[in-house]
Amino acid sequence: MNDLWIIMKNELVVTTIIFLLLFIKIGKGLKNETLLPLIQFLLLANLLQGFFFNKEGLLFEGIFYSNTLIIVQKNILSLGVYLISLVCSDWLKKSPQLPEFFILMLSALLGMFFMISSGNLLMFYLSLELATIPVAAMANFDLHKKVSSEAAMKMILSSAFSSGILLFGISLLYGATGTLQFAEMSALLDGSPLQMLAFIFLFTAFAFKLSVVPFHLWTADVYEGSPVAVTAFLSVISKGAVAFILLTVLHKVFLPMMGIWYNLLMILSVITMITGNIFALRQQNIKRFLAFSSIAQVGFILVGMTNEGQLGISSVVYFILVYIFSNLAAFGVASAISSQTGKENIDDYKGMYRTNPFLSWILALALFSLAGIPPTAGFFGKLFLLTAGGAKGSFWYIGIAALNMIISLYYYLRVIRSVFMDKNDAPIEKISVGRSATLGLLLCGAGILAAGLFSWIFEYIRGILN
Amino acid sequence: MMEPGLYQILFISAALFFTGVYGFLTRRNLITMLMSVELILNSVNLNFIAFNKYLWPQKMDGLFFTLFVIAIAAAEAAVAIAIIINLYRSHNSIDVENAEDLKY
Repeated sequence: MNDLWIIMKNELVVTTIIFLLLFIKIGKGLKNETLLPLIQFLLLANLLQGFFFNKEGLLFEGIFYSNTLIIVQKNILSLGVYLISLVCSDWLKKSPQLPEFFILMLSALLGMFFMISSGNLLMFYLSLELATIPVAAMANFDLHKKVSSEAAMKMILSSAFSSGILLFGISLLYGATGTLQFAEMSALLDGSPLQMLAFIFLFTAFAFKLSVVPFHLWTADVYEGSPVAVTAFLSVISKGAVAFILLTVLHKVFLPMMGIWYNLLMILSVITMITGNIFALRQQNIKRFLAFSSIAQVGFILVGMTNEGQLGISSVVYFILVYIFSNLAAFGVASAISSQTGKENIDDYKGMYRTNPFLSWILALALFSLAGIPPTAGFFGKLFLLTAGGAKGSFWYIGIAALNMIISLYYYLRVIRSVFMDKNDAPIEKISVGRSATLGLLLCGAGILAAGLFSWIFEYIRGILN
Repeated sequence: MMEPGLYQILFISAALFFTGVYGFLTRRNLITMLMSVELILNSVNLNFIAFNKYLWPQKMDGLFFTLFVIAIAAAEAAVAIAIIINLYRSHNSIDVENAEDLKY
């Protein structure tokens, strides 16, 4: 019985925080100025407790399990949520329903924790729904804005549709194997047509959630319409959690069917990278631009997933850590600017360096990291992903991925050029960034540099798997 | 009268599933689209029950899955309808053609 408390520790802590916020909301309620630091402190505590008193083990006959890799993945997600609460604090402070926002966000985080730990398809489905339904409600958080409700509508309908497809795949898989446990299922898979059909349904649902082309159409609209904090959560935390569980499902459960999913991943990743890049070239809105760039990044994550060995897993986990830092820095700058001036177009950023040097440098660092330029962590993330993808010797495939990195340089540098070099008579006026937002941006910048310069982070993730 | 076998039930559930997919892709009314998703979920329920009864009757896995799917479908519908009501307040319509502020 004692095992229950220690193995499910992360989930229990998140649940406690959710209830605490609920009681604060039901009770007298606090002003945003006092509540937001409290929430940030709780999220920091949630992040720090993940490093101590961890234990591996199975619970409920294997429905829930935990090991060191899973704990690292959960810590990465907690870190992301903590950073969001920091970098978006200027927007959050103005929000009239602050506790509800974090209750929804932490419910989604709880769902992701259970999803990563699940060892059973029923548990996986339930936690996936817990991770998506609150996010749809969060997308509607600008209640008076037309685009926000439109984004929420697109999000809930596409996620309901994709979970319907997922369920159909699960039901066929159950019919073919007679079990729902991941551990038992792997031995029963032999690649019969029914199982292949089930796998394709299952993979389609994953592709929806990860916004892999051709299932990416909801992404840009939802990202543009939602508030920036929600967009950051969607593009980083949701993507990361789904990538982690897809890694487990492909590398553990569907390993006998590797011949099928290897080719599938290869084709889809090439299409995803190319489409994401081509659409990112012509975007004007910064959120839409980051949406398409995140689609292109998902293509790179899929390249790393094609390797079924430990290099595949460690490179994907490391890349998602790097991606959290770089994408949250970019979204933090976009959030600071849009919450104070309402400007979201890249053209408005022209000449920003003269008035806002700090924000400009953070944005430049983030975009360099997303593009993959050496001193930043993004370079090493992409390097490991491509090394993992090239381990099978398909060099033309890695060549295409590398070419896509060059194309992506063009549009990332276009933003940097307009920030630093373009002349503008009326640049964005000086923006006063709050103290916690500054701290968050600095943490992101430090993370981008540290994860690139210190090799022990990657070595640590790699060492877990041995 | 003949007792229906596994194939008949699977045929019905596959037909339900694709009716739902077709409805989701062609209908323009948000409530009808939501109903199409419910059709998909019900086809899944039929699948689970049929597989459990005819192929794997030793354990109750499929039956339990069905119960959970029904509960989750209700939760999903609740959030979706709340969002649709909010959309109706701002757009005065629940037709997806009218919700087109976000475009390429």
